[in-house]
Amino acid sequence: MSAPLARSLRVVLYEGVGSRSIADADRFAMMTTLLQGGYAVTSVRTGSRTAPEGARTPIVVLGRFEHTPPREAESDSAAAPVFFRDIEGVDAPAIASIVESVHAEAGTRRPGGWKPWFPVIDFGRCTNCMQCLTFCLFDVYGVSPDKQIRVQNPSNCKTDCPACSRVCPEVAILFPKYKMGPINGDEVREEDIHREKMKVDISALLGGDIYAALRTRSQESKQRFARERDDKRALEERRRCLTKLQEQLDIPPEVLAALPSLDQIRAKTERAVAAAIQRQTPAGTEQQ
Amino acid sequence: MRAMNTQRRIVYCHCAYAQVVPADVKQDVLRRLTESGTSFDAVADLCEMAARRDPWLEGVACQGPTQIVACYPRAVKWLFSSAGAPLPEHGIRILNMRTEAAEAIAAALETAEDVDA
Ligand code: SF4
Ligand code: SF4
Repeated sequence: MSAPLARSLRVVLYEGVGSRSIADADRFAMMTTLLQGGYAVTSVRTGSRTAPEGARTPIVVLGRFEHTPPREAESDSAAAPVFFRDIEGVDAPAIASIVESVHAEAGTRRPGGWKPWFPVIDFGRCTNCMQCLTFCLFDVYGVSPDKQIRVQNPSNCKTDCPACSRVCPEVAILFPKYKMGPINGDEVREEDIHREKMKVDISALLGGDIYAALRTRSQESKQRFARERDDKRALEERRRCLTKLQEQLDIPPEVLAALPSLDQIRAKTERAVAAAIQRQTPAGTEQQ
Repeated sequence: MRAMNTQRRIVYCHCAYAQVVPADVKQDVLRRLTESGTSFDAVADLCEMAARRDPWLEGVACQGPTQIVACYPRAVKWLFSSAGAPLPEHGIRILNMRTEAAEAIAAALETAEDVDA
């Protein structure tokens, strides 16, 4: 999966040596506020460990310091700035404002703004059949240089649309924020495999018989994709398929409304078919 | 609340951008953590961090025994993997706030028993 790397601000709520402790209720309120604001927060208490920093990101350390800390320092390991802010007598909403101002000063990525909805592949189940790649109309999927399916553009995924997970023959596609199992990551049971394998006529949706073409690889089959079809019939067929998809695959109406045009779908189909035929051709450079 | 098992690091996911983890469970777990006297890391949303391949996830995957309090272990495992930070076979315990009560999660955090991803 590739997404731009961006530095985010980490918050440390410090109650170690040199800082007075915070009341339980205040600590809880502060952490809740910051987490809801999209920040990651490390609560540091004397004598126990936390996860490693591991990232070169700016940090703001909040504490009831016994001595005045520097406003800013440079961390040893990563040359990322470390900001210190005294929170003596400061309540949770005011803490959020303090962190916001450090965020602006550090020029870090603004948290939130996107419901993280995207497919996650369970490579313990995936057989690399590429059906998800062919099916997805929004180029969420791609292929790695070692010819492995991967989620390439997670932010292209349509929020709350789990459709590709329903066409995966191996129940290998998860949406961790989906309401039901096994798509949400719950264990896959034998009955799920049969239930999830909905034999949706995706070839009709895409405007051609992809899999038959792949089987025969005949010129005649290939020509069938290129042949102009009766537009009215094609549209009706598409509408029927979309309704079926919406019902069976839990696709939100707004996603259906955003589907590409028939021409775009045809073009994508042709690209997918060409790539798949190339993979199956002995002389093809991508032969599996 | 009794002291948490400090031999393992604790990472708590607040699942901030969706309502899939029951609000009362995550609030109760967070409250217990903040009252435990233990250091821990809390993140707003592991899914969001995985989507942008936050390098901090690699630190979690590499640096020893960790308890991750989030959702289904299969989802968490493959989220880390998708972010280029595969979790090790051993030493990782994932606790599921979608299916477990806060009390059960807190009890699990107090034990040193190994439950791997
Ligand atoms: S459809 Fe499923 S099994 Fe096939 S490549 Fe996609 S994730 Fe893997
Ligand atoms: S990992 Fe699970 S609990 Fe955390 S944000 Fe994703 S879906 Fe929510």
